[in-house]
Parts: sequence; structure tokens; C-alpha cells
Amino acid sequence: MTTDAAFGDSPLRILIAEDNQSDRMILHAILTRQGHEVVMATDGMEAVEAFHRESPQMVLLDAMMPRMDGLEAARQIKAAAGEQLVPIIFLTSLSDPESLASCLEVGGDDFLSKPYNRVILRAKINAFRRMRELHQSLQKERDLTNQRNEQMLHEQEMARRVFDNIAHRGCLGAENIRYDASPMSIFNGDVLFASPKPSGGVHLFVGDFTGHGLPAAIGAVPLAEIFYGMTSKGFAISDILREMNRKMQAILPTGVFCCAAMVDLNLKSGHAEVWNGGLPNGYLLRHDGSTDELRSRHLPLGILPADRFSAACERHAMEMGEHLLLCSDGVMECVNHEGEMFGEDRILEVLGARGAPSDVFERLREAVRSFSEGVGSEDDITILDVAMADESLLEAVEPDVLPDTGTGPLDWEMSYELRNETLARFNPVPLLLHICMDVPGLRLFSGELYTIITELFNNALEHGVLRLPSSLKDSPTGFSRYYSERERLLGQIRHGAVSIRLEHSSDPQRRGGRLLITVEDSGDGFSEQALSRSIAHNALSGRGLALVRQLCDNVRLCGRGNCVEAEFVWHTGPVDSRAGVSQRGDRHE
Amino acid sequence: MSDQQHLDHEALAELRDVMEDEFNILINTFLQDADERLRQLSEAARSGDAASFRKVAHSFKGSCINIGAPILADCCFAAEQAGREEDLAQSGQQIAAIEGELGTVSEQLRRHMRD
Repeated sequence: MTTDAAFGDSPLRILIAEDNQSDRMILHAILTRQGHEVVMATDGMEAVEAFHRESPQMVLLDAMMPRMDGLEAARQIKAAAGEQLVPIIFLTSLSDPESLASCLEVGGDDFLSKPYNRVILRAKINAFRRMRELHQSLQKERDLTNQRNEQMLHEQEMARRVFDNIAHRGCLGAENIRYDASPMSIFNGDVLFASPKPSGGVHLFVGDFTGHGLPAAIGAVPLAEIFYGMTSKGFAISDILREMNRKMQAILPTGVFCCAAMVDLNLKSGHAEVWNGGLPNGYLLRHDGSTDELRSRHLPLGILPADRFSAACERHAMEMGEHLLLCSDGVMECVNHEGEMFGEDRILEVLGARGAPSDVFERLREAVRSFSEGVGSEDDITILDVAMADESLLEAVEPDVLPDTGTGPLDWEMSYELRNETLARFNPVPLLLHICMDVPGLRLFSGELYTIITELFNNALEHGVLRLPSSLKDSPTGFSRYYSERERLLGQIRHGAVSIRLEHSSDPQRRGGRLLITVEDSGDGFSEQALSRSIAHNALSGRGLALVRQLCDNVRLCGRGNCVEAEFVWHTGPVDSRAGVSQRGDRHE
Repeated sequence: MSDQQHLDHEALAELRDVMEDEFNILINTFLQDADERLRQLSEAARSGDAASFRKVAHSFKGSCINIGAPILADCCFAAEQAGREEDLAQSGQQIAAIEGELGTVSEQLRRHMRD
């Protein structure tokens, strides 16, 4: 017997179910001559059995057979084949359209009418072979995709854990802060940070990287490190923003950037400094039901070179219980079933509804949730809500203190002098605080030290070098005049110096120590009387040397009145080292 | 009736080509099968089983088409239609027609086998 097997095509195992013996013989002859392996059955029942036993790749099925007809056999074979594509070709001399249609309805793929023609049969088998191969490669592709997807989710989970170790929750758990962010939101490019400042108050950050997945998440790690690291060292919001922008510009590829808003919430003075670069409008929610927009005034982080970047913030007064709301564009862009976006108008509608500022967060969340119900876009949504609150609120937050290595210096002395224009351009406090934090145990007092060094330095700069009269601060309007005058004088500064001397010695039990801070300026100096007056003036704003007096054991004027010496004595508690107190631990008098 | 109408010689040539040395076996199988079908048709007609009458005729028709016996296939189709319409009144004549035509076809097929 010769074969004219299909050119180069691999043979198939084909099941024939046909009750006519002569027809069966003809089909068998045609298919074996074309190189295929043939399995034969004489009725539907046998066909189903043979299918299970021999797993043929294709089935030729007579429609009308005794015991079980072809239609029922086709149904059972298709069910047994599951995901596999096993083409079924009905062998038929049926001619009425309904019978032919019912063959396809039960899962048949094609017909072959009698008399059998080997050319047509070969063409059909080849067509189905191609379809089968396509089906198989699609399935393989799909399985591979599923496998990769699973692997990617696993990797994302790992990456997220690493990110969580860096970004932790900061003080997002504080009572005056509420937020909505999906646990995996970082892979939508959304980040949310909050950290208490050593000087009191909070830094908050909402960011939205372009793109999705790992590329969007990758920039979040350095961003978090900068945010938490610089905030804990006492850097100002503008310093942090500049550093973030510089870093993002250096590491992110072109076209990838971070829309962001950052807030410096000053609980003492009841102000919020807000910087918005590319994020949708934020809102200040006032007691009277009105809202102030916090518009984007800058390009996102990572676009402008350092010399063109502006970290200028808007300053807003906030009363106790007023709220500040920030959200990523996921809120405006979340869609409902009709493909409609939530949009700014709906946000304004929520804000415009009557109610307390504290209700808006939940109302907005609920509005977004019910709007996009069942669409599944909630994962992209990040909302942050923070209320102006009493300073004491933050004390409930567990301080996120890095453990001391215990090996830092105990007895040392240093002096540092800033001269001329540098006075206007550089804030030495973070640097000096950083040095103090190396003393084992002293980290617990970073807030106090930040305040002391800042106030002494500002005092020397403003009153000593710039000769600003503190009487200017007597009235609320004078307060802002004072600051604009300060800016003006700083811009003109050509000569002058402020030197800071730090000296630390530990107590014999090494449970604490004494830090002597001496700040001297190039000014003319004050008398003790003038100093007392200055303290009285500054008491109005709750700042200045009065505060230093509260925090330190000893504050005295020396030299020709151009030098202040402050002594800070500290010790850590004997049982719980975290419950450390300075000797004048109560700083709220 | 001419020889040409009873058998499709072109189809038979094709079959001979496909079956090679099994051609004679195929023809014999068809003829045995046909006798059996004829018996089943008479049985169905006798017991008034129209559904069975229709199925047997349908199946018979299929093998006739494949073997290249168009007139015999038409006779079977007539019987199938009667079965479908559940009208076995003409079944006697229909069976007789099939039997007559089968005689002619088998005689001619046997001649083909000898060739």
C-alpha cells in the first residue's frame, strides 16, 4: 500500500465513527493513505469510549447512528476534551438546514458530505490541524503569561516588603490623619508619606509617578528615604523638595516623573506650607463650609534641573479642626460603568455639600466608591486628609527612632562659623543636629535640640547680624512685616558671622550628659535688659529665647552681649530607655 | 435504463484508486451490507416502525452515494422521506424498487470486480 501522506505534516490520530461498514472502509483507506493513524467506532457509544481510550486529535462522526447518535457523542466528546481543541467533522448525507445546524450547535466544527472526496478531506484535515496548532500555541502562551503574571505578583510582593521597610507608615497613624490607599498602590505609582518633624508638626507627602508597575514603583524608594531621612534631621520642606527633585531628575528616565504635593503642617503656629507640583487641586476645608484650592503651581518632581526648580510654598493659616485634603488623579479619573470619569465637578459637589470639614474625607471616599462600584478602578485612588490639631496629638504616635549603634562619641567639642553671604543661603541646623544625633541616647531629644539650636541661631542672625528689632513682632501684622524685612535684609547681607560651638560630655554612668551650646554673632550685643524685653516680645509668638529658657537648664548672655550660652542636661530613664526625659522634661509650661 | 445511470463510473474509478487491492473487499462488503439493509427495511415495514424505516433507509442511502450508485441512493431517499413522514403505505413498492435496483447494481458491480 502506497501512501500519499500530507507533505511534511505530522500524522494525526483520527477517530472515525460510522455505522456503515463500507463507508468506514473508504474513510479508513483515504486517511491511512494520507499517513494518519485511524481509530474506528461503529456507533456513538463506541466513539465516546474510543475517545477516552485513544485520545484522538480529530473526530469524524456520522450524525445518524444506532445506540447513541452523533449529536450526543459530539456533546460528550467536546465535554471530555475540555480545553483541548478536538475538531469534530460530521459525516453526513443530511441535507435539511436544521439538521446541519444542529450538528454545529452541539459542538461540531464542520461537515463532510457523501460521497467522500479525498482532496476535500485532506484540505479540511489540514485546515483543522492549523487551527489546532494555533489553539495549542495560544494555550501555551496563556499558560506562560499566567505563570509570568504569578511570578510578577510574587516579585511585587517582595518589592513591596522592601519598600515598606523604608517607607513604613511614618505617622500616618496619627489621630488627625486619615488616608485611603490600596496596599499595592505603590505599583500604580502612588506614594503617601507622613513624618513628625523634630521641631514639632508634620511633613506630609502625596506622590503619583507616571506609569504603572515596577517602573512606577522604583522611584518611590529613594523618595521615601529622602523624605523620612531629611525630615527627621530637621530639614525644611524646601530643602527636602529640592533634594527630591534633584534625585528624581538624576535617576528617572526621560518621561518618567512624579506629580507630588508636600505639606509642612505647623501645629504650633497653625499654618500649612503647601507645595503642589502636578497633582490635582488640594483643598483646605474651612469651618464655615468654604474651601480654598491648593493649586499646582509647579512642574512635577524630576523634570526641572536644580537651578530652575522652585520649592516656593504657599502659606495658609489653618484653625484648629480645619482640614486639608490631597488626592492623586485616580480620584478624578476613576470611571463608572458608562466609562464616565468622576471628574473635578463631582469632587466639588462633595466639598460643597453642607457638613463639618471632618466629614468630607468619608463623604468623598463613599462618593468615589459608589460611583465606580463594580468597575474595579479603586486601586488607583489615594486620598489624604489631615486636620489642624493640638501639638500633643503627635506625642501619641510611636516615635520612629533608629536604634543607636552605641558607638558614637561621648566627649567632644566643635565649633562652626558661617560668614557673609553664606548666612543668607545656608541653614546649618540639620547639619549640627546630625552631629548631635551621633551621641548614643541623644537621639531621643532631637526635637528639643532642634528647637534650641534653631532659636539660638535665628536669634543671633536676626537680632545680632541683621539687627531686626523684635518689637516689630508685637502685633499680628507686624509679624509678617518682620519676616518680609528679614528676607530683604538677608538679600543684602555682605558682612557678618555667626559661630556655633557645641560641647558634649557624658555623665559618669553614661545614662545621659550635658550639651553646651554657645552661639556668638558679629553684632553689637544686647544688655540683659534688652534680652528680657526680647523674651517678652517673642513670647507672643511662642518662640524665641523664651522657648530656649524652657528647654534648657541654664541660658546666659556672655561676651559683650553678642553671645548666648545654653546648657542642656539630659538623661535616659533607668527602665525604659524610650521614656527618656531631660531634667526639664516638661516643655509645655 | 442505461448502464451509465445505475453506476457512477468516475466515482468507482476514484474508489478503485483509493482502495487499491481492497476494492473487491469493499464491493463485497457493500453488497452484503445492502442485503442486510434490505432485510431491516422489510422488518421495519412489517412492524410499522417508521422511525427505524427512515434510519435504515438514510444509512443505506449514504453508502450508496459513496459507492457511486445514484439511482439506488434515490430509491433509498424516497423510503427515508416516507419514514420521516411516518407514511409506510408505499413501503412495499419502495422496498421493491430498492430490491430491483440493487439487483441491477450488484450485477454491474460484480462485473467491475472481475475487471
